[in-house]
Amino acid sequence: MGFGDVSDYVDGKVDWMAAGLPTEGTNAQQPRAGTVARSDSPTCRLDETLGPVRERVRAAGWNTCVVVNAERVVFGLLRENELGGDPNQRIEQAMRPGPSTFRPFVLVEELAHYMTEHDLPNSPITTSDGRLVGLITLEDAARVAHDVHAPPAKS
Amino acid sequence: MPRTIRREEVRRLIDQGVQLVEVLPANEYREDHLPGAINLPLRQLETEARSGLDVSRPVIVYCWDTA
Repeated sequence: MGFGDVSDYVDGKVDWMAAGLPTEGTNAQQPRAGTVARSDSPTCRLDETLGPVRERVRAAGWNTCVVVNAERVVFGLLRENELGGDPNQRIEQAMRPGPSTFRPFVLVEELAHYMTEHDLPNSPITTSDGRLVGLITLEDAARVAHDVHAPPAKS
Repeated sequence: MPRTIRREEVRRLIDQGVQLVEVLPANEYREDHLPGAINLPLRQLETEARSGLDVSRPVIVYCWDTA
């Protein structure tokens, strides 16, 4: 076609968005999972035991803990059911492995709909290499999704 | 044959005024695209590239991902 200098950004738009970089378009101003996820959600390691982790999670006012390694790569999840187990059990045995995760660029509205359909009370938000960004709750996702369609407040 | 580039080089070239082209369908482009990118869907690329782009300036094309 006569063009001399042509490059192919092979990793594409999903790579750009997964890095949290700005975009243009009708979705650009819509709230995304990465901005709503709570980065202060409790985490624990595979080699810890359930008892101390449960105490820590409850003292922080949460009912879910994300299992990560030193690089914050997600390995599993402990929800109420798992947290109620044998306190001497290792986290690696107690956890729910390989939880459903979502990328930071996913629209909150879409995520709220999915989480409702699949009865997910919360979900880890991770980067494309599996590192934890934060935990998004269905409550937060639904509230933000609702606010997107709420009429603007009268001044 | 286009050369492969990664995100950081894309960012550097954008700062230098490269022509950015998204080859996905128009509806996908409308929802989200890289800042400053124009839309030339793949099917129309050959027929519309010369009218939509400056042949003397560098071009970066991109899609959704590596698939």
